[in-house]
Amino acid sequence: MLWGSRKTINMNYFPDEVLEHVFDFITSHKDRNSVSLVCKSWYKIEKYSRQRVFLGNCYAICPERLIARFPELKSLTLKGKPHFADFNLVPDDWGGFLYPWIKAMAKSRIGLEELKLKRMVVSDESLELLSKSFPNFKSLVLVSCEGFTTDGLAAIASNCRFLRELDLQENEVEDHRGHWLSCFPESCTSLVSLNFACLKGEINLASLERLVARSTNLKSLRLNRAVPFDTLQRLLIRAPQLVDLGTGSYVHDPSSEAYNKFKAAIQSCNSIRSLSGFLEVAPRCMSAIYPICENLTFLNLSYAAGLQSNELTKLIQHCRKLQRLWILDCIGDKGLGVVASTCKELQELRVFPSNPFDAGNAAVTEEGLILVSEGCPKLNSLLYFCQQMTNAALITVANCTNFIRFRLCILDPIKPDPVTNQPLDEGFGAIVRSCKGLKRLSLSGLLTDQVFYYIGMYAKKHEMLSIAFAGDSDKGMLYVLNGCKKLRKLEIRDCPFGDAALLEDMGEYETMRSLWMSTCDVTLGACKMLAKKMPNLNVEIINESEQTESNLDDSQKVDKMYLYRTLVGHREDAPEFVWLL
Amino acid sequence: MASEKDLNLEATELRLGLPGTSDESAKNQMSATPRSNKRALPEESMSSNATASKNCDQETTPHTKAQVVGWPPIRSYRKNNLQPKKSEAEPSGIYVKVSMDGAPYLRKIDLKVFKGYTELLKALEDMFKFKAGEYSEREGYNGSEFVPTYEDKYGDWMLVGDVPWEMFTNSCKKLRIMKGSEARGLGCVV
Repeated sequence: MLWGSRKTINMNYFPDEVLEHVFDFITSHKDRNSVSLVCKSWYKIEKYSRQRVFLGNCYAICPERLIARFPELKSLTLKGKPHFADFNLVPDDWGGFLYPWIKAMAKSRIGLEELKLKRMVVSDESLELLSKSFPNFKSLVLVSCEGFTTDGLAAIASNCRFLRELDLQENEVEDHRGHWLSCFPESCTSLVSLNFACLKGEINLASLERLVARSTNLKSLRLNRAVPFDTLQRLLIRAPQLVDLGTGSYVHDPSSEAYNKFKAAIQSCNSIRSLSGFLEVAPRCMSAIYPICENLTFLNLSYAAGLQSNELTKLIQHCRKLQRLWILDCIGDKGLGVVASTCKELQELRVFPSNPFDAGNAAVTEEGLILVSEGCPKLNSLLYFCQQMTNAALITVANCTNFIRFRLCILDPIKPDPVTNQPLDEGFGAIVRSCKGLKRLSLSGLLTDQVFYYIGMYAKKHEMLSIAFAGDSDKGMLYVLNGCKKLRKLEIRDCPFGDAALLEDMGEYETMRSLWMSTCDVTLGACKMLAKKMPNLNVEIINESEQTESNLDDSQKVDKMYLYRTLVGHREDAPEFVWLL
Repeated sequence: MASEKDLNLEATELRLGLPGTSDESAKNQMSATPRSNKRALPEESMSSNATASKNCDQETTPHTKAQVVGWPPIRSYRKNNLQPKKSEAEPSGIYVKVSMDGAPYLRKIDLKVFKGYTELLKALEDMFKFKAGEYSEREGYNGSEFVPTYEDKYGDWMLVGDVPWEMFTNSCKKLRIMKGSEARGLGCVV
């Protein structure tokens, strides 16, 4: 009988295969983690059926333990360096090496099929070992990684017989101008997604055309700058089924034969929903794209520096179904007004600076943001680099209560509200108060401890917070640590937060993935104490000066501190300038 | 950036803190005065960084703020790949001839592929099999057997490493790896 007299349901009555089948429907990592905690039997079943693993910090566990824990691993996501490494705050050679992971998985005969990496150091050696060790390998996605050359890509192309996806996003790749693309054998017809936009060198165009022609399942193709317009046009003819297109060079003569052919070819590409590239663009030639605009859901023109505001707006006027837009600030406030009146389905907006170091000339201000927030009711994700922001504007923008991600970057990092000369505490306060679902927040502008008071009070769902040049005292950081119980990643630079804040609630850090503090007021002594009291945390100091650990006195401030929870203690691969306390 | 630090180019060194504060003064400031709302505005730093910024090829006004490391927070990849609006046809590379005293023929290299002096010097050292040694602002490549020099757009022969990288790539017409003994005349004399 299933039902005992105590009215408890005994799930263990079901054979393992049934439970496993049930677990198959549970796809979220968090949920699967919870499932494994229910009881021993569930732990075991979950363990052997778990195929997808996400590791937000590659140093939280070592490869051997991961493999022992999940022997049926097929799909792994790994993140390496701390987020601020993207902005040159972490020296090269800090760590995040892929090789040990590949070596361990190869040795244990893991049937790896998918690998997604972010901010890792990927050597050609590791790519080669990868390509030879996993016969069913299907998908490689590298985001913001470095350390490899086109030789590594050649190994992937040559050896991964069933490769479906090779997606390279914003990586620093040393281009040996070899023929990596030509290494895809004629028998390889499985490609669904190919993105090599970040490569700088030439590729063999004839090989590319043949590859595209035989990859009948190809849905996503993003080219690099070296692929000329002429080739683009020929590729479109061979792949009218594309859903995602990234052009390479878009420079051509409007009167040319190639242009006419392109116009004809693009008309047949009815499936394109996502468009990017235009890495090199001739002005006044975007009209050829208009026919596909009405179906676009994602448009990324953030590298198309050659387009002027009026061309951008004319293009956008055709994009009524747009859900995600990445654009340069040369669109201007008026251009954002056009976005607001046209793109009613817009969910995500990213406005990047076209002149990052010229704070006086950024072309968008708070006006543009107000227009978009008023015109696009579904807006939930924002990255906005601007010249200035006012409290009044932020309070208006807070009416858009759906924000999940809100990242505001005022190019002058400590600029107050230019109208009132006040800090932006009230504006950001309004945002965190109204947007109850906010998970990620990046602040900028002149800010005092008050903004942190608001964050601690209202930002209950916050998972990631980025703070720079803000606050007055330890109280600021304490408000955040005490109030944001769901915080996973906290990164702070150039703020007057010191030892008292760092050490107040050390247990808190075990509930978080990581904490970064650079150019703050924490001392070496405090970091040492933290490391001593919390054995499950790695406290790392990055020291780029000449001084050695023994020369520095405990009362001296540390330049950069990065701490993270881990199950495996100190890492073995730290370079000399990283001190593991 | 690492290369500038290695070559000790203090005048153009990118720092973590707000511009204008040197490591020393920043530390003193931090311990002596608690930070208040009224932070020193970057404009005050102009004296040390002004010349460097003004001469940079970017469009700058006299009150340009010197760069703070890691600000604005844009991925390096994006920063390196953003073309300034004003450029016309894409130049395909900055190819310059490289000669070395005693070598039978010249080579050509593309300055655009290097991010800074460290990479350039390493490439030259690999290409010609020599060692340039350590650069210092005071003494140049003191004591090295070979010294990298370049001819700038005004026809003057300069020591590689003195000026900011961007300025160098824009003004370098050709490179010559000189014998150390001959190069003494070019070294910075204190």
